[in-house]
Amino acid sequence: MQNFMQDIRKDFPALSQQINEKSLIYFDNAATTHKPKQVIDALTTYYEKFNANPHRGAHYLSIKSTEIYEDARETVRKFIHAKSSKEIIFTKNATESLNILAFSYAMNLVEEGDEIVVSILEHHSNLLPWQQVAKLKGATLKFLYLNKDGGIKDTEIESKITKKTKLVSITHMSNALGNINPIEKITTYAHQYGAKVILDGAQSVPHMTIDVGKLGIDFMVFSGHKMLAPMGIGVLYGKEALLKEMKPFLFGGNMIEYVYEDYASFAELPFKLEAGTQNVEGALGLMTAINYINEIGMEKIQAIEADLTSYALEKLTNLDEVVLYGSKNSKDRGAVISFNIKDVHPHDTASILDSYGVAVRAGHHCAQPLMRYLEIPATTRASFSFYNTKEEIDFFVESLKKVRRWLGYGS
Amino acid sequence: MDLNSIYSELILEHSQNSHNYRRIDAPTLSHKGHNPSCGDEITLQLKLESEIIKDAAFSGVGCAISKASTSILIDLITDKTKQEALNLVDTFIGMIKREVTNEEELEILEDALAFQNISNLPARVKCAVLAWHTLKKSLE
Ligand SMILES: Cc1ncc(COP(=O)(O)O)c(C=O)c1O
Ligand SMILES: [Zn+2]
Repeated sequence: MQNFMQDIRKDFPALSQQINEKSLIYFDNAATTHKPKQVIDALTTYYEKFNANPHRGAHYLSIKSTEIYEDARETVRKFIHAKSSKEIIFTKNATESLNILAFSYAMNLVEEGDEIVVSILEHHSNLLPWQQVAKLKGATLKFLYLNKDGGIKDTEIESKITKKTKLVSITHMSNALGNINPIEKITTYAHQYGAKVILDGAQSVPHMTIDVGKLGIDFMVFSGHKMLAPMGIGVLYGKEALLKEMKPFLFGGNMIEYVYEDYASFAELPFKLEAGTQNVEGALGLMTAINYINEIGMEKIQAIEADLTSYALEKLTNLDEVVLYGSKNSKDRGAVISFNIKDVHPHDTASILDSYGVAVRAGHHCAQPLMRYLEIPATTRASFSFYNTKEEIDFFVESLKKVRRWLGYGS
Repeated sequence: MDLNSIYSELILEHSQNSHNYRRIDAPTLSHKGHNPSCGDEITLQLKLESEIIKDAAFSGVGCAISKASTSILIDLITDKTKQEALNLVDTFIGMIKREVTNEEELEILEDALAFQNISNLPARVKCAVLAWHTLKKSLE
């Protein structure tokens, strides 16, 4: 294990930096992860050797670029266990994927009086598009609320998802609290009424094995940058039959079949939903990141992250000045810990930790309705990746103990 | 970065037990300032008599820096004219942006000079200027 961790950390150049003359401890992985040199090198190689516009030329470089782009699609397909590579649409990020679903799918599905169900845990990216659809269509947005642990109660699922429900869009894992939602139960329930289920996998795809078929979901979105890949590449997964029904979101080059002066016919899936020159570099980065994850093995990653999380939870539980949010049971959560220090605003906590080289996030985590629901203005969030260590957690906890003193409290 | 210069005694005192953290009955102006990045939400209340700020107070939630900055601002503008208060705001924001550096010009900021180093902590600049922007908006 010792050697394994040393090798892993060597792959991430950003992790060995000094910040404020302190060794960086990066606990903001739920916001974005660092990139292994395999990914960074792949991008350099791409521009040194292959760069060309895919799908557009008969020359060698264009063929190479097309191959890379389509290999990446196939790699993503396998990673999430989709049936066909036609079900994998490359986008900019989870947010763009959700907007495509809102405007090209939901706008043609939802009618006046229908209901769209989300949870109170949603990231703004999985809330604002549905607010728009509800407003434009005269539909109602309904929320699944939480029990004390941050989990969604069965009774919420059973009472909020009804025959009026057309769409359920829900996060797999909360970026603010770390809770993992009961997706299979939600899909089974929603499908009874013929409602479609969209899964926001932004926080789960990087950290657990995903089988879209087993989960039973109709669509899923995620971002590459939270899973070792570059920023600017994301994925929209959808069941082939549903994507086929969808109208294009953007119109222009690449997504066409024949174009006449006054009309055009569109290309097949997946190209119909990918207009304009695509982010080949990003797709390659994502493929390289997935290969890197697969090489370590998702089970191993999950075990390391679960171990780090329960280790940190135990240490934090023992500190009187720390208030923890979310489930106490590390089995129900991913590698995200939201907390506050008594009498201290999270923004001050984060600044003080930063002065010790510890990077955490403070704020509402793009989930203002959740913060309002929990009646807290903000939290401090530490989120781990498999490349973090228990020594880092020890240092973080020691630094936390100093926070109250900086603010003039005795202990 | 030196935390001592940021979390100084003066700033801690103003952030924890500020005599300005209260509500005014029947304020002339009441304006909410919001810092979405960290969730500071501060309401600034003013009582004006002809052009003079006779009383000021704040309420809400915020980090130590935004609360201290608000409290120090209130001490500074009480009994000043609107014009004087606006001038103080411009000088303060000028100081933070390092556009006003002349010490004589900055002298009028008194205790608010404690925030001179906040630009070393870019993530917190918004906290320090929140109340000042809010005051400017409510007076204009
Ligand atoms: C649960 C969840 N959904 C959606 C997003 C949005 O991701 P992006 O900004 O990459 O589109 C995030 C990112 O923080 C997230 O955590
Ligand atoms: Zn603040």
